[in-house]
Amino acid sequence: MENLVEISNLNFGYGQRLVLKGINLRIPRGRLVAIMGLSGCGKTTLLRLMGGQLQAREGQMRVAGEHLNHLGRDGLYRLRRKLGMLFQFGALFTDLSVFDNVAFQMREHTDLSESMIRDLTLMKLNAVGLRGVHTLMPSELSGGMARRVALARATALDPSLILYDEPFAGLDPISLGVIGQLIRRLNDALGATSVLVTHDIQESLKIVDYVYFVADGVILAEGTPEQIRASTLPFVHQFVWGESDGPMPFHYPAQPIQPDFGLAGRLS
Amino acid sequence: MIVNSVLKGVRVVGDRTLKIVERVGATVAFLGLILVNSATSLKRPSLIVREVYYAGVQSLIIILVSGLFVGMVLGLQGHETLQKYGSEESVGVLVALALVREMGPVVSALLFASRAGSAITAEIGLMKATEQLSAMEMMAVSPVARVVAPRFWGGVLSMPLLALLFSSMGIFGGFVVAVVLIGVDNGAFWSQMQAAVDFRQDVVNGIIKSLVFGVAVSAIATFEGYEAPPTAEGVSGATTRTVVTSSLAILALDLLLTAFMLKGWN
Repeated sequence: MENLVEISNLNFGYGQRLVLKGINLRIPRGRLVAIMGLSGCGKTTLLRLMGGQLQAREGQMRVAGEHLNHLGRDGLYRLRRKLGMLFQFGALFTDLSVFDNVAFQMREHTDLSESMIRDLTLMKLNAVGLRGVHTLMPSELSGGMARRVALARATALDPSLILYDEPFAGLDPISLGVIGQLIRRLNDALGATSVLVTHDIQESLKIVDYVYFVADGVILAEGTPEQIRASTLPFVHQFVWGESDGPMPFHYPAQPIQPDFGLAGRLS
Repeated sequence: MIVNSVLKGVRVVGDRTLKIVERVGATVAFLGLILVNSATSLKRPSLIVREVYYAGVQSLIIILVSGLFVGMVLGLQGHETLQKYGSEESVGVLVALALVREMGPVVSALLFASRAGSAITAEIGLMKATEQLSAMEMMAVSPVARVVAPRFWGGVLSMPLLALLFSSMGIFGGFVVAVVLIGVDNGAFWSQMQAAVDFRQDVVNGIIKSLVFGVAVSAIATFEGYEAPPTAEGVSGATTRTVVTSSLAILALDLLLTAFMLKGWN
């Protein structure tokens, strides 16, 4: 199967600090792939590199047929017309209504008539179950509803690749399940490819086809959800089963406890 | 020891001066970027009309009320001074010239910077902090063309209109105080004003000034918002910088423009 995303020997860092080291990753067309790891492990950075928001220091990146390393501004905008991105908290345009948010890209990038844009926008909103709120402003929506509207907006031009940055963050269990199912259904219905950056392991494993585990800037493990659940790697095991202690210790490294509590000499 | 302190002081002053020059340069470069990206706004005037409403129409109350008070005070002070020389009937000329040449453009620009400039900075800064600008970039839409340029042109177009309304309201305030309350002759008030105020030298120059102030305030406000660190503290700092920098820029530009206008441009 053709790969929509191919990353080879990717290095990325800020100043002297390397955030991603020697990343190799393939995402076949039509798949829903999760990139997981602890906060600060570099998974969102990887997503931003795929969207061309950051430039790799070394390595090769090919996304939707475009080599990101040599892409100018026009090329980057050409690539982004094939992408959709859901930001962590939706990033809806607060000065536009729900309807105008979803219609935004159609108005900017197509010559469709207003009546056609209206029908398409309502269809997109209907797909996420929110046709009834199209007149509201983003400030009038709950967190889960805002995320669903952002999902409708991200898929407005039927992108071939959809990037999700922490789509489950801060949602109640019902909204979380709804968003998870929508991500799976939209990926299949649109024939798209999706990359999901998350640390919500249980919800993601229900919907994704493949998982990459990132830790300390390297891919530590990869596999299908079944393989990940059965993994005996200590870090993956601790992450999947939510154990408080393991390779990631409960305590952040600190000096011995006695001086901090004024107990020097009394416990020796 | 003393030499070290002096050197340290010189270094601090030099460092700050360099930062100010760098900031001015960056603002001017940003203005160039706005002009290059203005095609979208000019092709879709509805984007600018919306910003004229937010920056201009919503500033009307503060501009009209301030203009009225400033004109009334000018009427009072002018009458008080002019009657010492027996020429209190020229109070209309004084009020009109003061407003049309100086106070209209300058005070309305200062009010515009505080009311609309700070709002533009806060709005763009918050859009950046909540990733709305990044989302737009990811949709292959330039935020400078779609968000910044319409706000810039909205500000530039609003400024001269607000200055004209400020001056008109001020003249009305001066009329109320001088003619209605104090009893200066109505005919003398208006006829002397009409004879003394030159359309090209006074009114047009006032409009030119307010246009220049509009460009300066709108460029500073959009630049500060676009460059604001994406945090609550960053946006609040940017908003403050907009008001302070715009006010200083207005006063400095006013001096420069007045000097050229009084002495001619060549």
